[in-house]
Amino acid sequence: MSTGLRYKSKLATPEDKQDINKQYVGLVTLPDQVHQKSVKKGLDFTLMVAGESGLGKSTLVHSLFLTDLYKDRKLLSAEEHISQTTEILKHTVDIEEKGVKLKLTIVDTPGFGDAVNNSECWKPITDYVDQQFEQYFRDESGLNRKNIQDNRVHCCLYFISPFGHGLRPVDVGFMKALHEKVNIVPLIAKADCLVPSEIRKLKERIREEIDKFGIHVYQFPECDSDEDEDFKQQDRELKESAPFAVIGSNTVVEAKGQRVRGRLYPWGIVEVENQAHCDFVKLRNMLIRTHMHDLKDVTCDVHYENYRAHCIQQMTSKLTQDSRMESPIPILPLPTPDAETEKLIRMKDEELRRMQEMLQKMKQQMQDQ
Amino acid sequence: MSKGQSGLGKSTLVNTLFKSQVSRKASSWNREEKIPKTVEIKAIGHVIEEGGVKMKLTVIDTPGFGDQINNENCWEPIEKYINEQYEKFLKEEVNIARKKRIPDTRVHCCLYFISPTGHSLRPLDLEFMKHLSKVVNIIPVIAKADTMTLEEKSEFKQRVRKELEVNGIEFYPQKEFDEDLEDKTENDKIRQESMPFAVVGSDKEYQVNGKRVLGRKTPWGIIEVENLNHCEFALLRDFVIRTHLQDLKEVTHNIHYETYRAKRLNDNGGLPPGEGLLGTVLPSVPATPCPTAE
Repeated sequence: MSTGLRYKSKLATPEDKQDINKQYVGLVTLPDQVHQKSVKKGLDFTLMVAGESGLGKSTLVHSLFLTDLYKDRKLLSAEEHISQTTEILKHTVDIEEKGVKLKLTIVDTPGFGDAVNNSECWKPITDYVDQQFEQYFRDESGLNRKNIQDNRVHCCLYFISPFGHGLRPVDVGFMKALHEKVNIVPLIAKADCLVPSEIRKLKERIREEIDKFGIHVYQFPECDSDEDEDFKQQDRELKESAPFAVIGSNTVVEAKGQRVRGRLYPWGIVEVENQAHCDFVKLRNMLIRTHMHDLKDVTCDVHYENYRAHCIQQMTSKLTQDSRMESPIPILPLPTPDAETEKLIRMKDEELRRMQEMLQKMKQQMQDQ
Repeated sequence: MSKGQSGLGKSTLVNTLFKSQVSRKASSWNREEKIPKTVEIKAIGHVIEEGGVKMKLTVIDTPGFGDQINNENCWEPIEKYINEQYEKFLKEEVNIARKKRIPDTRVHCCLYFISPTGHSLRPLDLEFMKHLSKVVNIIPVIAKADTMTLEEKSEFKQRVRKELEVNGIEFYPQKEFDEDLEDKTENDKIRQESMPFAVVGSDKEYQVNGKRVLGRKTPWGIIEVENLNHCEFALLRDFVIRTHLQDLKEVTHNIHYETYRAKRLNDNGGLPPGEGLLGTVLPSVPATPCPTAE
């Protein structure tokens, strides 16, 4: 599917190949080589979902990737929720479509925002994101860098309740704690309880509040000026619909003679993939078909680099602090002597000891005389 | 009194129930108004008339409930308010020069709005209802029920009913106050099948099948508020206004108020509070045995 693909694949046709040998350097085949390599290597993506329980997170993940990750999940009752803290649960699944493999990791955050006192309920989540960065940093600075596993969180879908009048204090707290560490894509959950005018008002309200609180959500990159009008139009629509109002469904229903994913109500059928009903298609396209790579790039180039710079700064400032107190400590540890030198040292020690003994004996003899 | 987190449609529902603009809707708030930092209590009084019958209705709204990050004890201002109303009534009652009709500001009914998560009650809901079912009649209501399909609705209701039972929360109509068998069977049916009512509120009218109905217009259909196939608003309305209104007042007066009164009298050593008795408050004299004649 090349609709919406930022990069338009120009597959080398046989005529091209002939021309290559005659006139061109052959650069036109490079993108294909990259494409082939990445398909062979397989892609990976880590997606985090966060929001209060009951907002349809699992259903949406199921609808997005058409896989059921939560088959044996047990829903907790309210009392069990009382003492619950935010947990971090990882599910990994391998998806394949037409030869392209994706290793998808979903990081779920059950318990977030469910307690009576939710102060700092996002702390386990920020700790987790930092841990992944730290792990990657260590791996990157290590000796063997062949098989580094990238567990960094590439994108976080944050579910905003449609039952409020905008962002709640928990929402603001969470986003402010994480906006500099991970790409946040805010979503309006369970949008089928809102009529179109309410959705518009809510989106406006949320956009205003995001500006007001200085939250940096994931920004869709500008499209190049040489893209065609269609693409530019799509891009504009995408930006105007944020935050996406989504509906998820695990069930297939009959609507107008067709089987569609949807929800059956006494008053009508909500179709998940109908753009007039909700923004699910926009979200799916954005996440998987157009912006997945950009999300990864921003994570690596911006969020991770910020973390790394911060880390290194801390380390050097700590060292300069230490060095102010004592003589400068070399950053690298002293090289440990290898086995050969150690043996030599031991031999020399032995010799010294023997000589000392002899000296002692001679002294004694002289004294006795 | 209507309770629940902001945005659950409380004001719209109250307006729909009484078919008049009795509640100030939050969406008409000034944009600059933030979520209040503490729970506020806003009481607005109206007089409604229908068919020659007048009723003075007071709607008490509680914006700010459950909206903060830390919601511990956010029910305390509400409990305090309810007790204050009982106190006011008590003071009037023990007055020497009693008014003929004591102004009754006591809370007769509390509609608690449960968020339709589809999973279970939230810890906050449990805590609130545990504390307040002892002082006021609580009617739990599932808000914005148009977000659940029929199966989800019935599953959710079952789960909520079970959780309320497991936690010993007696919502109105309370089992222990059923007066006779007739009441019991009627209330049992309501308790076990209909409650909590899953409602949808709306103040806009649309044309459906040639009739003008209150409803919500979505791209996939029109939700009719008074259609029993769509939601249980009509059941709630009939329950609160047409059948149990008087009973709500009686239970409040005979049971909740009396409980409060008994507690206050006990705390005060068997005497009513205030300067009701002879203008002075006599200390309670412990009984002394008669000295035996020697």
